[in-house]
Amino acid sequence: MISAFIRTAIPLGVPLLYGSTGEIITEKSGHLNLGIPGIMYVGSIGGVIGAFLYENACGNVLENMNPFLTIFIPLICSLLGSILMGLIYSFLTVTLRANQNVTGLALTTFGIGIGNFFGGSLSKLVNSDMPNIILTKTSSLYRTSLPFADKLGWFGEIFLSHDFLTYFSVIVALVAAFVLNRTRVGLNLRAVGENPATADAAGINVTRYKYISTCIGSAIAGLGGLQYVMAYANGVWSNNAFGDRGWMAIALVIFALWKPNMAILGSFLFGALCNVNNYLTGLGTATQELFKMLPYVVTLVVLIITSMRKKREHQPPQSLGLPYFREER
Amino acid sequence: MSTQAAIELKNICKRFGPVVANNNVCLTANRGEILSILGENGSGKTTLMNMISGIYFPDEGQIFINGEEAVIASPKDAFDYKIGMIHQHFKLVDVFTATENIVLGLDEGKYNLKEAEKKVQEICDLYGFELDPKKKIYTMSVSEKQTVEIVKVLYRGADILILDEPTAVLTPIEIRKLFAVLKKMREDGKVIIIITHKLNEVMEISDRVSVLRKGEYIGTVNTSETSESELTEMMVGKKIDLNIERTQSENVTPRLEVHHINCSNREGLKVLDDVSFVANAGEILGIAGIAGSGQRELLESIAGLQKLDSGAVLYRNPKTGKMDNLATKTPLQIRELGVRLSFVPEDRLGMGLVGNMDIVDNMMLRSYTKGKGLFLERKAPRDLAEHIIDDLEVVTPDANTPVRRLSGGNVQKVLVGREIAASPTVLMAAYPVRGLDINSSYMIYNLLNQQKERGVAVIFVGEDLDVLLALCDRILVIGSGRITGLVDARTATKEEIGLLMTKTEAMAQSDDEGGEQNG
Amino acid sequence: MADKTAQKVHREPWLHIAKRSEIPGWQAWLIRLAAILIAFVLVGIISSLLTGEGIGEVYGIMIRGVFGRLFEGQFSAKMMWRFLQSTAILLCLSLAVTPAFKMKFWNCGAEGQALIGGLVAMICMMNLSGLPYWLLLVVIVVTSTLAGAVWGLIPALFKAQYGTNETLFTLMMNYVATQITAYYVYLVGKGSGTINPVDTGNLPVLFGAPYLLNILIVAILTVALFIYLKNSKQGYEITVVGESQNTARYIGINVKKVIIRTMMISGALCGVAGMLLVAGTNHSVNTNTVGGQGFTAIMVSWLGQFNAFIMAGMAALIVFLKSGAAKVADTFFLNSSYADIVSGIVILFLVGCEFFIRYTVKIRRNKKEETV
Repeated sequence: MISAFIRTAIPLGVPLLYGSTGEIITEKSGHLNLGIPGIMYVGSIGGVIGAFLYENACGNVLENMNPFLTIFIPLICSLLGSILMGLIYSFLTVTLRANQNVTGLALTTFGIGIGNFFGGSLSKLVNSDMPNIILTKTSSLYRTSLPFADKLGWFGEIFLSHDFLTYFSVIVALVAAFVLNRTRVGLNLRAVGENPATADAAGINVTRYKYISTCIGSAIAGLGGLQYVMAYANGVWSNNAFGDRGWMAIALVIFALWKPNMAILGSFLFGALCNVNNYLTGLGTATQELFKMLPYVVTLVVLIITSMRKKREHQPPQSLGLPYFREER
Repeated sequence: MSTQAAIELKNICKRFGPVVANNNVCLTANRGEILSILGENGSGKTTLMNMISGIYFPDEGQIFINGEEAVIASPKDAFDYKIGMIHQHFKLVDVFTATENIVLGLDEGKYNLKEAEKKVQEICDLYGFELDPKKKIYTMSVSEKQTVEIVKVLYRGADILILDEPTAVLTPIEIRKLFAVLKKMREDGKVIIIITHKLNEVMEISDRVSVLRKGEYIGTVNTSETSESELTEMMVGKKIDLNIERTQSENVTPRLEVHHINCSNREGLKVLDDVSFVANAGEILGIAGIAGSGQRELLESIAGLQKLDSGAVLYRNPKTGKMDNLATKTPLQIRELGVRLSFVPEDRLGMGLVGNMDIVDNMMLRSYTKGKGLFLERKAPRDLAEHIIDDLEVVTPDANTPVRRLSGGNVQKVLVGREIAASPTVLMAAYPVRGLDINSSYMIYNLLNQQKERGVAVIFVGEDLDVLLALCDRILVIGSGRITGLVDARTATKEEIGLLMTKTEAMAQSDDEGGEQNG
Repeated sequence: MADKTAQKVHREPWLHIAKRSEIPGWQAWLIRLAAILIAFVLVGIISSLLTGEGIGEVYGIMIRGVFGRLFEGQFSAKMMWRFLQSTAILLCLSLAVTPAFKMKFWNCGAEGQALIGGLVAMICMMNLSGLPYWLLLVVIVVTSTLAGAVWGLIPALFKAQYGTNETLFTLMMNYVATQITAYYVYLVGKGSGTINPVDTGNLPVLFGAPYLLNILIVAILTVALFIYLKNSKQGYEITVVGESQNTARYIGINVKKVIIRTMMISGALCGVAGMLLVAGTNHSVNTNTVGGQGFTAIMVSWLGQFNAFIMAGMAALIVFLKSGAAKVADTFFLNSSYADIVSGIVILFLVGCEFFIRYTVKIRRNKKEETV
């Protein structure tokens, strides 16, 4: 029972981990990207489009499909989509110095629109005979778990039974934590987000850092969307199914105090919190809905406590949300 | 000349829109010397140095480093030419440690903080800095932050160091330490360019002095062959005969009594320490001191903007003779008491006025609550705005122009005009002529004198001792948050005040440091 | 040597961005208009690629989808009312966030503040049907407005007291409101997840036009907010606090009080919008009642330069694009989310064009280059 709970909680946390790791990297450059929910939809639909086209090209027969390409094509499509979104965001907020909140929200509208539009119209657009998007073949490859998963009891169930994107999410977060705290690039990036004028004076190319971190952050967040549709949802796209996970990822950034390794812990905790209502069936649907509030309430509590304690290391990057213009001082 | 110039500027010009910041400036600095760049506020010193350090790019002219023409388009280019600048406003990341700030932006192979910390310590030991490489910036004092800035440029192997008004924020002891370090660096063969407008420091530290005036290059002299008066003449153009009128008022009576006020800043450091004085009606009380000695906090305490730890600010109502304690009140409560207290703060566009609002709306800042009802009354403020524009010759298209579009002098006229229009009984002005041209400055002096004649208690915080001595009746000297002296401006000398500004402060320091001091 | 120098000179950026001192209002609007036009052309091209129709035909469908066969002389009053109603709701939410924005308080919580207002209206409609109609209406208006105000007050209290980041706080509050609504819907809907429209406590229908009252209320609010911000003492305080907290302190404005008061007004107006949606439009509530309009409102407020009347125009533009694009999607059996893509593109263009209003791009020619 407990191992089943943990096993089912982990997949719920993975998109959040991707989303929050991506958002942390972006926020570290001083950009509050509220477009992340939209970007995750685009990452998701990008993978779906890639897989859909490839499956169609192979005549929807598993035997015709090259396993490597089956994984690789959706992955590349997903990354391309989310990086493109990241580029739009950085062009507007970095180069054109547009308001970050407004740009982000517009991008979320746009991205969710893209996701649902192609999700709902793809079959029509390519005149496919597949009315709904069910990519079970691609999904089955994406869901390959580690060997011995079903032989090692609870250990296998909790730690080995997941898809490769789940493990990759943890690796990405760990790498991000390492890069941010232990490398020169990370130091420079944090400086850009804290005090861009200082970073500029130190010879750091502020614009380049902002662009690259936003795009990498978007790419990582997009993978969360891909993991959701390919592994968690068994390759079945349905509109709005991804829901508010993008916003929860942004909440998680606060919860994790802008630290990717804390985000690992937090995302699986959030996953567990989201999972609680599935295990409390006796409470009825209404009360289950109340339990879904938990991650947000926990985030609020963390937000309040950190602002009350005013510990400098736990605050958002100092120039978060502010545009930088060198000659404006 | 046997030594080749380490850095040479030829005919540098820089314009910002219609404003000429630098015009045909030429300059040389040699190895192993300290060059002072002397000039008043707004003479273009900082702009010039920003062009050497890659923040701005010159519109015209050439820069030569070691005899070769250099193009410095970014701070990174400046590093490549081994130029390091220590800005007046420190460019440090607060949540980083000293070492993290020092290695920021560098590319020196493997990233190893431990190694870097060691190297930082070595530099500190070499020149005699006191610095903990692991200390976070936000826990540091101003002087420690400056040390980090200097070590930062040294770490990068800078040969040419530019310091922008490094002493403005330091105590005399800290200045002495800084100068000792600078001299050591000179011995080490480095070029040091120090921007300042303090003559005594120029005389003490530099080998040569280059003078700028209103963006123009005036000339360079050897310090050993010049005098303070010659430098002053170069700096201001002619001998200063300020010729400020000082009237003698009758009916000088106490108006404001400050009793033993104490005040701490957010970090818990004491910024006002047992300050007591009396400001009289019909008198201009000057306040002299090194920048940041507590002048701002003192005025804000009186205006009800600072939370005091203890003490009282007693106001004697000229009509009733009643005494009110202002120390526990907010600005609104003070106004409701009928105390007409006007305050021209140092930060004009950040505090006294709202840059994005027009002149009329800025007039309302003091009076918008007037009148019954929920709505604003714009008629009276509009009249007042027109009145001030006419009387004080404010150059503006109309009264509906946002004040941020006015020039510095006109901004100040709008602010002072508004504060005087409230027919105050107490008028406080912090650095009211800073950055203003001569004509505007004199207009402000005259306005202050008029107020004094009207029987207002005027408190004037200034930085130019000549002005303070010519304008004020009495001068209060403040150092490190303490009152270090009170002199009669009619009899006191500049030296006397200069001494008071620094002497007692040093004593206060030695109290704190015990017997540590021995040189 | 000369070559080398010339090469080095090139390192000076040839594109130089400088802040504009000021730009006449008409020029700024010309730039915005140009941005809208470019966006429209882009939208037209994309639509034309997706549907195979010409750009003109696509816009024809959009106009017919919103206003009926306007050019054929068959004006559809019903469609017009629906258009005005949608514009009114979006505008109401945009008005609501504006005082907060003007104070530089990033209220991203309009969605939740409106939803909680709507939820409270629904609770009153369902449970207080015994009251006289007029009293019920008063109770609905008062409680839903208060509920919105409370939802705005909570983040404001923490912002004023501890400086808690309001963008993140208000965002989180949206989901708390959503889940509370979901709880109520499942509780009352007996697990079906829907509540059937109720006929008690509905706003009255004026002159047989079902949305007229909503539209009138929002029209009054638009004028009121315009005057409030421009000519009231409280509006003046909001401007000063938004421009410079230091100045506010200097003239004795209680900044905390202004933050709290303004956010309560902002939340209260959101509550009104929610009430209009529930009591005046849908007569029911679900988690999607506000449907993301709280976020769209933030963009409308920003694009409208915090001016209530310009915001009305922007809201109409967005509503036109959304319903027009939905019609296009419907006509060609595409997904209705096409509307989000279209409005997203136009908003992104409008956001981006502000740059050209605030900055100029100069192409710099170096003297050196000319001599070489």
